[in-house]
Amino acid sequence: MQPVELPDKIHVGPVIDQGHSLASVSDKVAGIVLKRKVTLGWVFGLLLSFAILQNLMAGATWLIIKGVGVWGINIPVGWGFAIINFVWWIGIGHAGTLISAILLLLNQSWRNAINRFAEAMTLFAVMCAGMFPVLHTGRPWLAYWLLPYPNTMALWPQFRSPLLWDVFAVTTYLTISAVFWYVGLIPDLATLRDTAKTPGLRRTYGLLAMGWRNSARHWQRYEKASLLLAGLATPLVVSVHTVVSFDFAVSIIPGWHTTIFPPYFVAGAIYSGFAMVLTLMIPVRRFYGLDDIITLRHLNNMAKVTLATALIVAYGYTMEAFFGYFSADTYEKFMIWNRMTGPYAVFYWCLILCNIITPQFLWSKKIRTSPGILWIISIIVNIGMWLERFVIVVTSLHRDFLPSSWGMYWPTVWDWAVYTGTLGMFMTLIFLFVRVLPMITIFELRMLLPDATVKEPVAQ
Amino acid sequence: MPQLFKSSANSFARSSIVVAVLVLGGLGGALFELIADSSYATRQGDAREQPIPFSHAHHVGSMGIECRYCHTGVENGPHAMVPPTKTCINCHSQIWINSSTLEPVRESYRTNESIKWTKVHDLPDFVYFNHSIHVKKGVGCETCHGRVDRMPLMYQNASLEMRWCLECHRNPEKFVRPRQFVTKMGYEPAEPQETLGPKLVREYNIQKLETCWTCHR
Repeated sequence: MQPVELPDKIHVGPVIDQGHSLASVSDKVAGIVLKRKVTLGWVFGLLLSFAILQNLMAGATWLIIKGVGVWGINIPVGWGFAIINFVWWIGIGHAGTLISAILLLLNQSWRNAINRFAEAMTLFAVMCAGMFPVLHTGRPWLAYWLLPYPNTMALWPQFRSPLLWDVFAVTTYLTISAVFWYVGLIPDLATLRDTAKTPGLRRTYGLLAMGWRNSARHWQRYEKASLLLAGLATPLVVSVHTVVSFDFAVSIIPGWHTTIFPPYFVAGAIYSGFAMVLTLMIPVRRFYGLDDIITLRHLNNMAKVTLATALIVAYGYTMEAFFGYFSADTYEKFMIWNRMTGPYAVFYWCLILCNIITPQFLWSKKIRTSPGILWIISIIVNIGMWLERFVIVVTSLHRDFLPSSWGMYWPTVWDWAVYTGTLGMFMTLIFLFVRVLPMITIFELRMLLPDATVKEPVAQ
Repeated sequence: MPQLFKSSANSFARSSIVVAVLVLGGLGGALFELIADSSYATRQGDAREQPIPFSHAHHVGSMGIECRYCHTGVENGPHAMVPPTKTCINCHSQIWINSSTLEPVRESYRTNESIKWTKVHDLPDFVYFNHSIHVKKGVGCETCHGRVDRMPLMYQNASLEMRWCLECHRNPEKFVRPRQFVTKMGYEPAEPQETLGPKLVREYNIQKLETCWTCHR
């Protein structure tokens, strides 16, 4: 891979700052894990996250004791926070896969500095997402019934149900993401093994590095494997959230039964995912002094992807409203009208504000390259995407076909406990990750440096 | 840099993959066999202790008492019914009147308190089951309960797993018999079951009831 020479007109800096050498890159990234002292800030952050994680513990325990009735779900709104948060978390994961797979295949070298972190984020987000459907079954200890396995009931799961497709989509996604992430880690784990000072650390990282010795044969196999995994992961970027959208689109509920759902969900997923990468990356690059590796160019690029997907999502909202109007169907028309003016109208307009209006600021390069403002925008987008799922799930369900079965949905304290608990779990995992594993792909960064290019002897 | 691991570590690493697969696979299989599918779990073939060692082998096999003499509910209701003490006393007021084994029966008759039999065929509460429809459609007692005439103490002949129910619900023609032979023990079809079965299925209008809500109502 060539070091990227940027045309002058882009004044946002290179993918890696001048002055770095092969050794300095390794030192800097590996040093965060091996040399950096445990700081008070990190301990505080970890403890805080871990404390919030206990909400999940309490919420899940109470749920298992009492049943799903402790949540705010009811008839007609049988899908509450569980589905909203599931879709939200799964969506967040998508940025990681996009960055690691599609951008790899497209040879986008700026991804090298952020892909490891984004993949870890994917993995953790999918873990959080997985909690919700399992808890929503009400009897999580029987969740294995979702899998097709030989059983004494002579039964298969319902293969015609999109909820089962979800099971396959998400487990495949988790497996591929985990394998891809780990395979990518191996050369860097070997670097850590070789740099570590204490024998205990050396052996730990040595075990994890699986005997990686940097031989040419290893590298050749590595390249092949990561290319194949990227090929496997690429369709997942599109397919996973498509299947998630089928949970809605395959049903006949007004507002859900639309063909635009799959692309609109995928765009939304990437949108929220990039917002989350920005939310996490901006503080990390500041606290760990990584401004020279995760440069303004990265932030600029990610902000551009965020803006592009925001526009697709905006198109989706417009089309939803148009479909409702154009369908000439009483229920569809009422649904969209109720969504805009009904009891949950505040959520809808907040969502428009967060997801369509706010990202318009990203047209300005100045904003795209100012980390602080970008961070705030990214948080607003995260909230907006959560609101989107809330609006989709709740407004369509709470006004049933028959006015006699209309109802309202409000989350209970246990809904919030589980939701905030998964946020705590996510943050705990992120804090541990930045501490024990290299959060940036060292060897891929080194490839970006001028030293990495070897002049081939001219054949005679 | 010194060597971290001995060269034998390579063999360990490689064999750990095989061992992991074998151990996890074996553990899964063993758990399934032991927990879900064993007669230990289903209590199939497990003769239960009863307050009185009532022998079906004696009453049905040697005496030739018909099932419905005692289990009066079987044709008309959901439960075949364990007979009241009065049914026992019909005969046991005349024979074995001094038997100490039968003292609990006489006591129950005197005090009007039921004998506390141990239920052998106990379906989970989430299963709806009705004897009468099965008897009406030509499912023999023996088909589910086995050779009761050979059981000194009652035991569960079948696993009562859902899989076992579905065997018949999916292919009733393999098990159905003419109505007049429903209570017959050791029944042999007069013509091959392959031809008799489908004929009876048509005649009795037997449906393949496979929906969840047939049994889980």
